[in-house]
Amino acid sequence: MFTELGHFALALAMVVALIQASVPLIGAQRNNAAWMAVAKPAALMQFALVALSFAALTHAFLVSDFSVLGVYQNSHTAKPLLYKISGVWGNHEGSLLLWVTILAVFGAAVAAFGANLPPALRARALAVQGMISVGFLAFILFSSNPFLRVIPAPGQGQGLNPLLQDPGLAVHPPMLYMGYVGFSMAFSFAVAALIDGRVDAAWARWVRPWTLAAWAFLTLGIGLGSWWSYYTLGWGGWWVWDPVENASFMPWLTGTALLHSAIVVEKREALKSWTILLAIITFSLSLLGTFLVRSGVLTSVHAFAADPTRGIFILALLGLAIGGSLTLYAIRAPQLDGGGAFAPISREGGLLINNLLLTTAAATVLLGTLYPLVTEALEIGKISVGRPYFDGVFIPLMVPLVALLGVGPLLSWKRADLQGALGRLKIAGALAVVGAGATMAIAGVSLVALGAALGFTLALWLAVASLMEWGGRIRFGREGALARLINLPRSAHGMTLAHFGMAVLIAGVTASSAWKQEAIQVMKPGETMDIAGYTMTFKGAVPQQGPNYSAAHATIEVSKGGRPLATLHPELRTYVQPPMQTTFTSIHTNFFSDLYAALGEAQGEDGEYVTRFYYQPLLPFIWYGVILMVLGGFMSLTDRRLRVGAPRRAATKDVDVSDAAPQPAE
Amino acid sequence: MKWSTIFLASLLATAAVAVEPSEMLKDPALEARAREVSKHLRCVQCQNETIDESNAEIARDMRLLVRERITAGDSNDAIMAYMTSRYGDYVRLQPRFMPVTYLLWFGPAVVLLLGAWAASRRMGRRYKEPSALSAEEQSALAAADDRQEGGRA
Amino acid sequence: MSDIPAPKVNRWPYLIPLAVVLVLAGLFGKRLLDVEQGKDPSLIPTVLENTPMPAFDLTPLPGRGDALRSEDLKGQVTLVNFWGSWCVACVAEHPMLLEIARSGVVKIQGVAWRDEPDASLAWLARHGDPFDKVGQDPRSHAAIGFGVVAAPESFVIDKQGVIRYKEPGIITREKWQATIKPLIERLKSEPLTK
Repeated sequence: MFTELGHFALALAMVVALIQASVPLIGAQRNNAAWMAVAKPAALMQFALVALSFAALTHAFLVSDFSVLGVYQNSHTAKPLLYKISGVWGNHEGSLLLWVTILAVFGAAVAAFGANLPPALRARALAVQGMISVGFLAFILFSSNPFLRVIPAPGQGQGLNPLLQDPGLAVHPPMLYMGYVGFSMAFSFAVAALIDGRVDAAWARWVRPWTLAAWAFLTLGIGLGSWWSYYTLGWGGWWVWDPVENASFMPWLTGTALLHSAIVVEKREALKSWTILLAIITFSLSLLGTFLVRSGVLTSVHAFAADPTRGIFILALLGLAIGGSLTLYAIRAPQLDGGGAFAPISREGGLLINNLLLTTAAATVLLGTLYPLVTEALEIGKISVGRPYFDGVFIPLMVPLVALLGVGPLLSWKRADLQGALGRLKIAGALAVVGAGATMAIAGVSLVALGAALGFTLALWLAVASLMEWGGRIRFGREGALARLINLPRSAHGMTLAHFGMAVLIAGVTASSAWKQEAIQVMKPGETMDIAGYTMTFKGAVPQQGPNYSAAHATIEVSKGGRPLATLHPELRTYVQPPMQTTFTSIHTNFFSDLYAALGEAQGEDGEYVTRFYYQPLLPFIWYGVILMVLGGFMSLTDRRLRVGAPRRAATKDVDVSDAAPQPAE
Repeated sequence: MKWSTIFLASLLATAAVAVEPSEMLKDPALEARAREVSKHLRCVQCQNETIDESNAEIARDMRLLVRERITAGDSNDAIMAYMTSRYGDYVRLQPRFMPVTYLLWFGPAVVLLLGAWAASRRMGRRYKEPSALSAEEQSALAAADDRQEGGRA
Repeated sequence: MSDIPAPKVNRWPYLIPLAVVLVLAGLFGKRLLDVEQGKDPSLIPTVLENTPMPAFDLTPLPGRGDALRSEDLKGQVTLVNFWGSWCVACVAEHPMLLEIARSGVVKIQGVAWRDEPDASLAWLARHGDPFDKVGQDPRSHAAIGFGVVAAPESFVIDKQGVIRYKEPGIITREKWQATIKPLIERLKSEPLTK
């Protein structure tokens, strides 16, 4: 009964979305306040209906209602509660419902907290949100309905795949979608501004919180996905440039560019058409990502069940949304006022180069990901583009970017003194060079060492430069620094955190790639093996029975210099339903590096097994870097100056009170 | 630093380094070459993995073939060429530089240059160093100031 | 501000993003149509058509005739079939192979790919034996030489020993009648050139 209600609510939501998409838009064109005012209740109602629908589906999963097709295919009574819930979005139909729910959440948030927005802008932005909702709700209702029934209802479900029962995997999609779908708000605002024909500093301020939130969630989502892949795949890899990974990375790159470009619009009313274009492109890339994994166009281990008919539907949706918005852009953007002039060497110039490098990086990833498709569609050959290409093209783009990142925040607006800025960063430069030298001294001279030296140079440069910039702002070491620290706008702290986090990430990537160690061998019980200074003693493997599997449970003792440190228990499991063999890795970390053990096949009759050990220095730094970036993003989000939705308070020194009344026509 | 052990129990669908000790060559330098070549060959069955990572039987046989050929004295390039002659360019993870892939290899540079061109137009077009005002302009400025002064309460 | 002439804006660059998207949409659309028509994106097309078959010399199954050698195959049109006792789809294909063998149109040479000789023999005893000769390929040397990805796969080889056609899956009656048999007939009528 509840399920039927959920189904009905979804259909109703589509009707409401249709209203939300049309009435406020017409109202804004005609300056009809009543029609524009429809946006808020429509968005709130849509949220309520979609949330109800989502709740109904979740309920069906929780009570294991196998008369619902989605529940039957993806759940099982023996599944733990967490995975019953995550099963809701662990499949194509449910994940789309989650997508649409988050879309409705953002729409409702703008409706509820956007009281200070000019009514026309709010109306148009919500109307565009409504249009996106209509598209996706139609797609769900007509081709990917999670509420379809199975009659007669089976007694048990099919979804007990152990691989999908993992906490990281459970949380990864919602975070990712908060990011993807969050950028829909920037998109809607951008399209609304194009319809309006005007982009100004106030627009940039209104867009910022939504973009920041989306960016922070997307960073978290990608980080979680990588982390899951790291400890699941068990061989130390966390990024393979798989098409689906790339699909999430591209909007991140352009989203980062968007975030920074919007600052220029806000502060100097320049780079408007770039920023609008970035907002459109970022969400378009999110949509593209959604398309790629569901259409059967690309082969990927990550993809949902491929279905070309669905693919055509999504392609049409994409064509309308992206094509429509870019057409609007081509028509309206040339009219946007170019904004303040600036010298090439200035903060604007730096941010423009930042835009350029990030966008080129995104374009490169897109090129590499889609190229096999292109050559095949044109029937000129079948090639594949893998890791060597992406690494080879992406890294050279990032090097100047990171170098710029260190000095950028020190450049002043309009016209900056580069010499001066670099002069203030002498210490950062010196430390970076020392770092490079130390790396070469320790690691010798080789291509790998050279690469590592470059990585550490960049990481040190960025880390120290960020800290110095921050220290300079609070005039560290002088009287009153603590007070200045507290009073510094949160977004300044956020920026430093995020940039510093990036440096930490780079250090982690560099060290773990350059100095990863691996040992693969057959071991008898009692045998030892040395790796990276640790002694691994294989104590044999004993058979163990699990609820639906039998396993060889191994014990490996880790010691260093004779001192016992840890015990690892990798396993080799053979599942019955569905029949598969999987390996359970065991990781030991001291938070500076990771040591892994994995168990392979048994060899011979004497209890010998294949064992694999891996050592990765500084790998946890990758996760720390991501966390710092996410924290930086959220910290910036709490900046008082972003509370455009909050009731106006008495003007204080650092609060920019935006004028919310509709502007008379120029 | 106190060691803390975290048991991150995880399930693997494939042991994503699939090389078995029995396959490995005795000579570490040759074995390292074999791993290197394997990482550049795509598994034709599990198409998102290299033969180094894939558990598939054919991947194992390809790994063994790579090692056989290395032991027989073939260069890395020769082995890649052989595999390409049998399976086509699809097995290469790094596409060759050939007319079909010119766009792929030149693309990033082209995009960068296009973007740089657009950016330089943006930066160059608008900003000019402020030059001294001419006498005429100075008097016009003074007059405008006077008007403004007068208008203000 | 109004007496400063507005700079002439070049609109063309603003159309670039749209143009790129339209091109991509077209390609995606074509690709989807291909997939819908049954062209599997994971299929790797053969690059070996019209190239000489790789040289091979495979040990026969114990007690079952002579070695299977590429040299011996020259001089007549052959169908080479890669199979294994572990291969489920091969069971489905087998009746068709038996029919082809009975028809006498062409001789089928089998390659027991990654198989145990006993298992192969038992399988043939159970399902029937359409093969002229069977060679063992336990380490995929021949399979890789032929660019085989999965079983079953079959190859039409002409009198010169050149691979003329690859069937990447099960030989069905439709495929046999429509494509493979006509090709074999045509190749048989070609004279043997030195």
